[in-house]
Amino acid sequence: MALVLERRSERSVAIALASPLLAIALTLVTMTVVFAALGQNPATALAVYFITPLTDGYSLQEIAVKASPLVMIAVGLALCYRANAWNIGAEGQLLIGAIAGSGLAVMTHGADPGPWLLPAMLLAGALAGAAYALIPALCKVKFGASEILVSLMLVYVAGLLLDYLVRGPWRDPAGFNFPTTAEFDSAATLPLLIAGSRVHAGLILTLVAVAAAAILLGRTLKGFEIRVVGTAPRAARFAGFNADRLVLTTFAISGALAGLAGLIEVAGPIGHLQPDISPGYGFTAIIVAFLGRLNPLGILASGLFVAMTFIGGEQAQIALKLPQDMTGVIQGILLFYVLACDSLILYRIRWRSLQRKALHGPL
Amino acid sequence: MGLFEAILLSIITASTPLLLAASGELIAERAGVLNLGVEGMMLIGAVCGFAGAWATGSTAIGALCGIVAGVALAALFALAAIGLAINQVAAGLALTILGTGLAGLIGAPLVGENIAAAPHLWLPGLTDLPLIGKLLFGQDAFVYLAIGLMVGIAYVLARTRTGLILRAVGDDPASAHALGYNVAAVRTLAVLFGGGCAGLAGAYLTLAYTPFYAPGMTAGRGWIALALVVFASWRPGRLVAGAALFGAVSILQLHAQAFGLGVPSQLMSALPYLATVVVLVLISRIRRGGSVAPAALGTTFVPER
Repeated sequence: MALVLERRSERSVAIALASPLLAIALTLVTMTVVFAALGQNPATALAVYFITPLTDGYSLQEIAVKASPLVMIAVGLALCYRANAWNIGAEGQLLIGAIAGSGLAVMTHGADPGPWLLPAMLLAGALAGAAYALIPALCKVKFGASEILVSLMLVYVAGLLLDYLVRGPWRDPAGFNFPTTAEFDSAATLPLLIAGSRVHAGLILTLVAVAAAAILLGRTLKGFEIRVVGTAPRAARFAGFNADRLVLTTFAISGALAGLAGLIEVAGPIGHLQPDISPGYGFTAIIVAFLGRLNPLGILASGLFVAMTFIGGEQAQIALKLPQDMTGVIQGILLFYVLACDSLILYRIRWRSLQRKALHGPL
Repeated sequence: MGLFEAILLSIITASTPLLLAASGELIAERAGVLNLGVEGMMLIGAVCGFAGAWATGSTAIGALCGIVAGVALAALFALAAIGLAINQVAAGLALTILGTGLAGLIGAPLVGENIAAAPHLWLPGLTDLPLIGKLLFGQDAFVYLAIGLMVGIAYVLARTRTGLILRAVGDDPASAHALGYNVAAVRTLAVLFGGGCAGLAGAYLTLAYTPFYAPGMTAGRGWIALALVVFASWRPGRLVAGAALFGAVSILQLHAQAFGLGVPSQLMSALPYLATVVVLVLISRIRRGGSVAPAALGTTFVPER
């Protein structure tokens, strides 16, 4: 018997709607087995990851705080992936955005530069992220170098630059030699939406990004171009769409959003620059983008779900003594199932008996 | 032992994991499958290899565990990217995320443990020769294995029917299918082979390179191996030169720090990654127009009946 794929004559709408839910259900089943194998009570463990985070106000706020950068980055990545441009270096663009914006905060530390500081930091973060993303895009368009590998290599470079800055020139002189900058002044910090919580104004920017991307994709010529270049490159050429320019555009947008997300992290929840400002948001956003079916509104939902696994992971560390890496395992399995279920939209699976022996040709 | 000899020896040690992982990926890519999960497979190979050697005290069993772990992850990728025709880029990324998480989970209790490093070859007389003795006759088994593997791959690809079928599947899967070859089976075997090589490369890191395990210890070597395959323009012979070059860059970084040049250590650590970008750009630029990549690289193939 062998597994064979059979192309459906039409995309299955029912499965397209059900596939993210099916993927989540399959992930839960798999995690039940994994937890049982690790000697945990599966029901208790699943509850820690997927139910407890929803039961108290603090966790709900934390979900919003964690979902914000994930959604913002994933929305940009979705534009890229739809256009068949593979930016997987969002983590690096996030770090560079955080560095650029923080530079302003560090330079004006102690002085009172006025109300322009925060907008300037946001702008610097977005521009730096876009510029950093344009490096792999230009390498791709001008020289044909793989944007996947170049954007990924630049993640390591950005991490080392951040490390150098906070250990060297930008280190807080009064910081007891800890690798961190001084706490940002209040003029360089994002205002809170709810006093006394960690819920900051960055959430609003994330919602704006979601709305803007939804309009761009669904209602504008540029959005149409992205969809055509991604799904039917030949048709796009006949229509006169320039695929190279689209690579540059989508990379710049996704880089700007990742850079903005990075700046919001340091000017919001963290409040200073330090070597580890992101628990891999730039990589996890890839999962969020696919789980949200590369659709801005879907990404909003999937971002909240994936953020929940982060919070659940933190609680599982304390309650169940499970290592933080468990979160990565859950997210990896989830991404596999999401992709597998998406395949069912285009194909149906049949079992067929093998008629000939594998690997035997007529030669 | 002179400094020059020491540097050459460390370059060989740094190049071996790159060469092992890249030769496996080269086979997968020649069959038309782009597996971006090399980093994940290497990391799981590193931790499982270490666990095997730590439990049994045997380097060989450790290496075997690393290979099996790499093949297991590759099987998952094959099921997804070949069995279910999932986008190879996305499936490869998923594999790296999953592999990194799994490695952290398995490796958590092993951090801080030590094992005996893999033994080095010792031939009385030959190994004592000045300059070339240690280089040629004083390496560990992995180094000789990597070179043997490379020669074998070069021969199979260029001279055998197996190699011809593999290349046919990678260049024109529709024609290969029409001729009666099982494209999915050939591609699956190529991916599994790649997984085994990546697992072995990871195991080399914990069994020979450093005899301990640290989280995330592959440090992007899997991605550099992917770049190496492009650098070598999918030819085994050039892979050796490329691996030596990348190994040399990463060793240069260590020695420059030892010499105390007035350069931030982070800049030196960034060198291998920057070098990869530069090399990718140069290589792609030279070959603009006449591409030498397998024609069907990265595309899924589902036969119409």
